[in-house]
Amino acid sequence: MTPPTVPVLASAGADFSADSIGLVFIKAAAILVFLLLSVLFALWFERRIIGRFQQRLGPNVRGPFGLVQSIPDALKLLLKEDITVKGADKVIYRIAPMISVFCAFMIFAIIPFGPAVQIPFTDIVTPLQLTDLPVSVLYFLGIAGLGVYGIVLGGWSSGSTYPLLGSVRSTAQVISYELAMSLSLVSVLIVAGSMSTSEIVNSQTQLWWSVALAPAFVIYLISMTGEVNRLPFDLPEAEGELVAGYTTEYSSMKFAWFFLAEYINMLNVSAIATTLFMGGWRAPWPLSAINDGMFNEGWWPLLWFLIKLWGFMFFFVWLRATLLRFRYDQFMNLGWKVLIPVALAWVVGVAVIQGVRQFTDISLQTLLFALAGALVLFAVVLLLIPEKKPAADGAAGTAGGSGTPGSGTPADAKAEAFDAFAGGYPVPPLPGQSLPPSPRRAKVTAPADAGPATDKENTDG
Amino acid sequence: MTNPYVPLLVMGLLAFVMGLAGLLSSAVIGPKRYNKIKVDAYECGIQPSPHAASGRFPVKYYIVAMTFIIFDIEVVFLYPWAVAFTELATFGLIAMIAFLLLITVPFVYEWRRGGLDWD
Repeated sequence: MTPPTVPVLASAGADFSADSIGLVFIKAAAILVFLLLSVLFALWFERRIIGRFQQRLGPNVRGPFGLVQSIPDALKLLLKEDITVKGADKVIYRIAPMISVFCAFMIFAIIPFGPAVQIPFTDIVTPLQLTDLPVSVLYFLGIAGLGVYGIVLGGWSSGSTYPLLGSVRSTAQVISYELAMSLSLVSVLIVAGSMSTSEIVNSQTQLWWSVALAPAFVIYLISMTGEVNRLPFDLPEAEGELVAGYTTEYSSMKFAWFFLAEYINMLNVSAIATTLFMGGWRAPWPLSAINDGMFNEGWWPLLWFLIKLWGFMFFFVWLRATLLRFRYDQFMNLGWKVLIPVALAWVVGVAVIQGVRQFTDISLQTLLFALAGALVLFAVVLLLIPEKKPAADGAAGTAGGSGTPGSGTPADAKAEAFDAFAGGYPVPPLPGQSLPPSPRRAKVTAPADAGPATDKENTDG
Repeated sequence: MTNPYVPLLVMGLLAFVMGLAGLLSSAVIGPKRYNKIKVDAYECGIQPSPHAASGRFPVKYYIVAMTFIIFDIEVVFLYPWAVAFTELATFGLIAMIAFLLLITVPFVYEWRRGGLDWD
């Protein structure tokens, strides 16, 4: 191979210098097989768990516990007709699913499954990881960002309305949540001092970052759900609105690749969450103390890694079974107005605390007390400010419907008498118009209650 | 393997071959029964709208994309700083907080002007 021109950080990370090219091929193939089997298992897992949540059985006929059910499902797709739609941009239409699946497969190359182990029946000792870069986390974000191209090109090239809408929605969603996600990872990089995944795992021997950096972990959990288009954020394929989103015009294996990519992406973000926040392959605390870290060596770590990975997969299914889909404006509000500011503030907070710890002599205790004091002060100030807002909204509240609070003047709304049945059939009011109070409703309650109801809608989300 | 990027190429090669093989196999194995209606764009059974191919969509998405670029660049600057946090010491910390404040100003402006409202 080429001489080592790339500087490799070999300080605390895994050592790959003994891997031959053949071993690399075997590892890569093993990851491929692992991902395909995991997706087949995940399909069964999801249907089975959702079944339990909904008081029914789920697939239980093919094989033990219905485990083999996914295989005929996948084979069926292979045997379906491969349709190319009339209005499609032929080349891009075919490339798009390839991009999706390619990017999905690439991320697991940097995930550490375990420490260095001896392969059975040989004397080869190698880390259970394909490769590790000095910029692994950046690589993950880059590939995840590239994966968006598969979606946006697939939707655009179909030459149809629903896929187009699904793909632009998906793009806006993924890029918005990618920001919150990458900001939440910054604090991990500050405390771990590295972007290499194996070094980040090694930095969590004492404490998992999900505990030490709990807010960042929560932001990551929310944004990873948005990033992989899962419920409650599955707006790109909201079946009530967009049929099947960007996959509407796809059939056969092209559809299968999009579907596969979606599930592999779930595994990807779960694996990154495991590696960066949950100690990677490290045994959970009581076990890690047994017998001088016996469970952190050999093949045991693979078990811990898989348990953590499937814990996150269960989290995805749990969310899907529990929560309703967000409306698009609520969803974008959550991303831009909550997650990103909170993530930014958290990064600054961690940087300042870490800076004071490392560069000054002030003890952490004094600092935390000062911070808590500042937080209490801030909370008090925050409590005082919104006191005025409901009153201001109440005055403008008669404007009703949409529009930002305070922007619509009540005089305009009153001037325009809105008749819902003017066109012969009922239409909803446009922005600035308001419905006259219902005659039936006026009998039951006082007419004053129309205002607060619309206010609640405005401030929601 | 001293160069950590070679395994990525191997992984990419395998992923690419698999993706291509899947598409080709379905194109070969699958049935081919042409039907004029089948290759039409799907719009719940009504006549497909002729405007779809022009690819027009709400301008809001452009605003999101532009704001994204600003923040993405910010994140790109944050990453190397976070890794070299200890080496850059106090100067790096203060410089980065100043940078974050500078980015926050247009963000607040956009927020107040309603650029982040979706309706």
